[in-house]
Amino acid sequence: MATKTIFEKSISGRKGYTLPQCEIDNNISEIFPNGLLRKDPPRLPEVSELDAVRHYIEISDKNHFIEKGFYPLGSCTMKYNPKINDIVNVLTGFTDIHPMQPEDTIQGALQVMYELQNELAEISGMAAVSLQPVAGAHGEFTGVNIIYNYHKNKGQHRTKIIMPDSSHGTNPATSAVHGFEVVELKSNKEGKVDIQALKEVLDNDVAGFMLTNPNTLGVFETDVKEIADLIHSVDGLMYMDGANLNAMLGYIRPGDMGFDIVHFNMHKTFSTPHGGGGPGGGGIGVSEKLVEYLPVPIVKKKDDIYYLDYDARYSIGKVHSYFGNFLVMVRAYIYLKMLGDKGLKSVAENAVINSNYLMVKLLSEYPVPYKKNIMHEFVACGEKFKEYGVKTLDIAKRLLDYGFHAPTIYFPLIVHEALMIEPTETESKETLDNFAEVMLKIAQEAKENPELLKEAPQNTPVTRLDETNAIRNLDISRNLRRKK
Amino acid sequence: MPFISNTDEQRKQMLEEIGVASFEELLKGIPEDLIITKPLNLDKPLSEFEVTKKVNELAAKNTNTSEMVSFLGAGIYDHFIPAAVNYVIGRPEFYSAYTPYQAEVSQGTLQFIYEYQTLICELTGMYASNASMYDGATACAEALLLALRHNKNKKVLISSLVHPHYKQVIETYINPLEPEIVYIPHNNGRIDIEKFKQEMTADVSAVLIPSPNFLGVIENIEAIEPIIHENKKALFIVSTDPLSLMLFNPPGKYNVDVVVGEGQVLGSSQNLGGPLFGFFAVTQKLIRKMPGRIVGATVDTNGQKGYVLTLQAREQHIRRDKATSNICTNESLCTLAATVYMVLMGKQGLREVAEQSTIKAHYLYDKICKIDGFEAANSGPFFKEFAVKPPIAPAEIISKMKDKGYFAGVDISKYGYENQLLIAVTEKRTRQELDAFVDELEKLVK
Ligand SMILES: Cc1ncc(COP(=O)(O)O)c(C=O)c1O
Repeated sequence: MATKTIFEKSISGRKGYTLPQCEIDNNISEIFPNGLLRKDPPRLPEVSELDAVRHYIEISDKNHFIEKGFYPLGSCTMKYNPKINDIVNVLTGFTDIHPMQPEDTIQGALQVMYELQNELAEISGMAAVSLQPVAGAHGEFTGVNIIYNYHKNKGQHRTKIIMPDSSHGTNPATSAVHGFEVVELKSNKEGKVDIQALKEVLDNDVAGFMLTNPNTLGVFETDVKEIADLIHSVDGLMYMDGANLNAMLGYIRPGDMGFDIVHFNMHKTFSTPHGGGGPGGGGIGVSEKLVEYLPVPIVKKKDDIYYLDYDARYSIGKVHSYFGNFLVMVRAYIYLKMLGDKGLKSVAENAVINSNYLMVKLLSEYPVPYKKNIMHEFVACGEKFKEYGVKTLDIAKRLLDYGFHAPTIYFPLIVHEALMIEPTETESKETLDNFAEVMLKIAQEAKENPELLKEAPQNTPVTRLDETNAIRNLDISRNLRRKK
Repeated sequence: MPFISNTDEQRKQMLEEIGVASFEELLKGIPEDLIITKPLNLDKPLSEFEVTKKVNELAAKNTNTSEMVSFLGAGIYDHFIPAAVNYVIGRPEFYSAYTPYQAEVSQGTLQFIYEYQTLICELTGMYASNASMYDGATACAEALLLALRHNKNKKVLISSLVHPHYKQVIETYINPLEPEIVYIPHNNGRIDIEKFKQEMTADVSAVLIPSPNFLGVIENIEAIEPIIHENKKALFIVSTDPLSLMLFNPPGKYNVDVVVGEGQVLGSSQNLGGPLFGFFAVTQKLIRKMPGRIVGATVDTNGQKGYVLTLQAREQHIRRDKATSNICTNESLCTLAATVYMVLMGKQGLREVAEQSTIKAHYLYDKICKIDGFEAANSGPFFKEFAVKPPIAPAEIISKMKDKGYFAGVDISKYGYENQLLIAVTEKRTRQELDAFVDELEKLVK
């Protein structure tokens, strides 16, 4: 059932708050010149606390979430996030501190940041880390900005960033906002960077190379060192999109592969719940030659005192008002303290085993075009179901009927009718078996009763939604004033 | 191992089914010299009990603002948050969901975003809002990027009274497009309109004016707007505190093209400055140029109302290097907090928050300015924050007042406002606290 909006539940004069008495006798209209004051107050709803809470609980019930069920959303690393992380929400020593407080009153917070910087540097094999970016794409922004400034400092005008055609949309978008021309390389038969094609586009206009490793097909780029050598031979910089770092924690490090910059997707790899699309964290690590380019401040320590250091010779400046998403940092800190080296390694092991296992279970119906060196996720191709009039979208929607979230679909672009599946390390064999069973059943349904898929989902709070209509009859706010 | 379900036995079975003897075999093909053989240099793992203890100790090392009487602001404010806000955002249905990519099982998230967008439109008087940006600073930067793309002009005028950190973020963001950035000089807490007029040439792409500005002062948007729009191409961007819109005329009333700002005041804690969220609202004609996600209403196959992510052809996952922005993950949960906060406070409550903050700020301002040696730094109308010039160094005031239980404000000398202390007041401050603070200041400078 559709739920009314909160605006439709408003009753004039109803209140859902209390505030202390003002105790100061004054009037706004006496403080300000008349022209400034707003005469038509915003039409906010008027509801009781119960109305409000019930409304949001009612709509929340329509969401899928990780505690409810499997969430094999490829590239998104929907692992289960331990509840211990959430103590951060109730520790006022973390939530109720202001970024402009004197440093001696935030020593605990600075210690968390300092240790996390060091741990991430160790895990990634990079020389230094900034925690300031607040999402993966924000980390990319910071990294590509460093690439831009690195060349500019050397008096060079570099114009191109290279990346494979399997790259995530944020990679070309980030390059473009810096004015770089994006050169997309066609992937080779194994789904990896085509070295020959790379050599052909390599010249002194190249500012850098953006690579996800394992790449978005879940395939490890085994030639990564050769790629790095080639890029470095023209003084380009190697950027690693770290969205898939989960696959190699404790085993393989970006720094050792020759990357100059890597972003961490803190909300994927280091266990911050996604909150329906953020907040996340996108800290970056850099190699020795780029340390002086990091955004300021960085947390440092002297004589057991932690402090914010704004001294970086070539710093790109700032990318966030303050230090980044601090609460996300605390969650990562807790998580890493509980895992240690062995725990991290077991994350990678289980993520890779789970993904390979699920792939093998599904292969009979869902071919995987690139399956050599599969790591934490794989991309199946749903092309063959077209024969029955069934698209990957239909398979995804049918999965919802069975209580699973769908995989990522239609990405990466180089696999037709792509189904990108990432089980993560926290899921059990039983869950994977159940999911595989349902996937195989759906394949049968596609052949025998394709309408079931095309009309899916039916067991969800709403049936399939009309996206074209949403654009044609654009309704993106209640437009209470119908104002142009 | 913590948080792993499978047993050794299960892993063995799974490896068998995959057809390999060990995990290491799955790594075959990866150059051996890339695989680390020794343990990483990390602390030895802690149990849940031990880590809880450690984290509690670290939190206790910080002095939180409720242990003090705080007048800290500069973009992050200590407003009251009703318990129901954190109750709702803590629900796993919201808390542990990904971006609403599968609309049919994400109606909760999609509907609240639609309501959030509506609330932002109501506050700002604008036509359309997106689902959020990272923070107020990046929202300003993205608004300027929008303008530079929109009209291809190269000159941007920015009020010199923009938050100094925002200035840094903006420069980092837009410098690669090689614009000409001109900072509009200020005078007595507001931009200097005459000097601004001189800079307002035909090649201006956008003008960014914060109001309230960094010093807390409200700008005369009504007077500024016609000067900007004499140039048909230039976009007028206003950055604002959403609470101030409960009292003052909204930018939408004055043909402002883009309204952005920091949303933390709407139901998020101070969090050492993050998570925050930026709001972003535009006129109808700029909708398709907007960065970030947008939720729209539609119908399902039964004609029932529902919500989807819409106008996605602006976004990176579809348009790649032609996208309006590179943003993907945003600050969704903070906008849920904002939505619930605005709904709970409602029309009256939110106004009362704004009024009380303002009345208390003006009360404190009047009293401080009467202390011997203290001077007002500016004279423009201000909202809930103001700058004063104390007779001794702001740093000294801050340090001495800290020992007396106050966070006295922000020393903005380091940002070029010589010898000035920036003081913010929210509805949480009582009259008694304000009076006691003034008494202590008096004693201090005597
Ligand atoms: C491969 C890859 N790169 C980059 C990103 C962008 O990360 P974020 O959404 O945190 O900005 C994502 C996630 O969406 C991703 O999967």
